[in-house]
Amino acid sequence: MSDYKGVMIYGEVTEGKLSSIAKELLGCGRKIASDLGQQLSAVLVGSGVGGLAQETIASGADKVYIVDNPLLKDYQTETYVPVMEKVVKQVMPQVVLLGQTTIGRDLAPRLSFRLGTAATMDCVALAIDPASKRLLQTKPVFGGNAQAIFTYDSDPQIATVRAKVMSPMEPDASRKGEVITIDASLDPSTIKTKVLQQVKEEVTGIKLEDAAVIVSGGRGIGGAEGFKQLAELAEVLKGAVGASRPACDSGWMPETAQVGLTGKIVTPNFYLAVGISGSSQHLAGCSNAKTIVAINKDPEANIFKAARYGIVGDWKQVLPAFTKKVKELLAK
Amino acid sequence: MNMIVCCKQVIDPEAPPASFKVDSSTNKVVPPPGVPPVISPFDEQAIEAALRIKDAKGGKVTALSLGTKLLRDVVKKPLSMGADELVLLEDDAFADGDSWSTAYALAMAIKKIGDYDIIFCGRQAADWDTGQVGSGIAEILGIPSLTLAKKIEVGDGKARVERLTADGYEVVEVNLPALITVTNELGEARYPTIKGIMAAKRKEPVVWKPADIGADTAKIGTAGRRTKVIKLFQPVIESKCEIIGGDNPEDVAAKLVLKLREAKII
Ligand SMILES: Cc1cc2nc3c(=O)[nH]c(=O)nc-3n(C[C@H](O)[C@H](O)[C@H](O)COP(=O)(O)OP(=O)(O)OC[C@H]3O[C@@H](n4cnc5c(N)ncnc54)[C@H](O)[C@@H]3O)c2cc1C
Repeated sequence: MSDYKGVMIYGEVTEGKLSSIAKELLGCGRKIASDLGQQLSAVLVGSGVGGLAQETIASGADKVYIVDNPLLKDYQTETYVPVMEKVVKQVMPQVVLLGQTTIGRDLAPRLSFRLGTAATMDCVALAIDPASKRLLQTKPVFGGNAQAIFTYDSDPQIATVRAKVMSPMEPDASRKGEVITIDASLDPSTIKTKVLQQVKEEVTGIKLEDAAVIVSGGRGIGGAEGFKQLAELAEVLKGAVGASRPACDSGWMPETAQVGLTGKIVTPNFYLAVGISGSSQHLAGCSNAKTIVAINKDPEANIFKAARYGIVGDWKQVLPAFTKKVKELLAK
Repeated sequence: MNMIVCCKQVIDPEAPPASFKVDSSTNKVVPPPGVPPVISPFDEQAIEAALRIKDAKGGKVTALSLGTKLLRDVVKKPLSMGADELVLLEDDAFADGDSWSTAYALAMAIKKIGDYDIIFCGRQAADWDTGQVGSGIAEILGIPSLTLAKKIEVGDGKARVERLTADGYEVVEVNLPALITVTNELGEARYPTIKGIMAAKRKEPVVWKPADIGADTAKIGTAGRRTKVIKLFQPVIESKCEIIGGDNPEDVAAKLVLKLREAKII
């Protein structure tokens, strides 16, 4: 066990850029590494990712491992798991952190089973236990109704981390680090899957994850028509429109607009929840918003527990009046 | 097509949050009184995915559930929706496992069932929300896994799967046999029919004990856990919501706008 040393983060690359979750992992990995008195490394996997090494170092890594191969252009379980297996066996880090993204959700479990260790998914807090020096991994469970702290004895300790709960470091371009290339050693004939097509849902306007204001609607909106009113207010406030799962499942909003445990994690300054009951699974995605305001006709709705301000009433009456007043205010 | 669908009985995840309680002395959840357990919703959608393939191409759907105190009315739901067989791994030795002991036991049972083209799981169980068992089963069986599927079509020994990505989805082709985990974007699971409910009533599940699947008892249930829960707790949400009232919607809206402006939120 003592042969394992250091903290490694998996640096996800999206559209040729180091992703924000990668920077968040570097920020939190840095703290864990210094608590352990060890080094922080990052691994970048993909096609044409070598150019990101310097930025990764500036964001906190002491060492960057690059696995660059045309076969790794798209994420595939069949190619990325063996690559990460090889990297981990070569580097032998004690802790491996990944983002709780569509990639991390897929890669971490299979990797941990392959390595014969364990993994904790969707962590919101990570700390080193001062006595045992093991990683304490806190993760929401039961849809966010509870949290559990996990530990385990096998190495490496693998964890995925929820987006937007860890702070990135202030990038420092003068930081120095080492860049090491690792060969992918892939045999194309053994790959049993093939990515045929990538389909992107077009978002017009501001992305949910980046929005400072989100106007979000739930089942109480009653149809796609109602969401037009939410979109109008969002536009006035230069924000984006979000939705609860039932609103997406019913096709009133695209599935990429879903906020929550199994949708997007958002941290706007202002989250307006309209016709949303405030289930634990929905709150998992928005409870870190600075200010939540709720409009709901049910005074007992759970959303009021998470909200700073609330209006009890029918949104069909409250929302148009609110939009009008906001317009008046902003016109001044 | 032979399909096996792993279905977990869980505490109803849609029970009111206020009914949720934790026993901190045992680090366990106290089941809410009067709220019956359910099949984890994503697992129901995994059944739906299998039934859609069966409707289109024919085949056999076997539901597989592991646990203790499995309520027959609950675990028989896949049968009432149209699944053909139900296998239960029900024994105290299977209790209180984690993703590792569970994936091991399910993989051993799947090996015993033997013939399969696709194994389906939900994307994550609605209790511990980990989403690891599916990938674990695939790793143990040495077959490819595709997670977060919202549409599955089969033909020529292959499946064509639409899999969620951060900003849309991708279409991936996989050689069968494979394991696929299903996300809610697949669409709603069908309701049981009267005929299905009658058939499910008559059908007795096959119940297997650890010895029946050749499981090493050191690898199942609590004994087989790799992870420890050192604390289970309910995070405190500060409820300091200010309800804004008024004579009419305009009045209320004006007051809210004022509050938000004062707080520099808009
Ligand atoms: C494992 C799991 C994962 C999940 N993941 C997510 C997730 O990521 N995101 C998510 O959102 N959900 C998720 N869910 C679903 C979640 O449990 C809830 O079912 C869902 O969030 C409820 O959505 P809602 O609040 O829109 O609908 P409801 O709970 O039906 O609430 C509708 C609300 O609208 C109010 N209302 C109705 N009419 C009006 C009106 N005219 N004016 C004002 N108010 C009105 C009602 O009072 C009610 O409070 C998940 C569930 C499970 C089991």
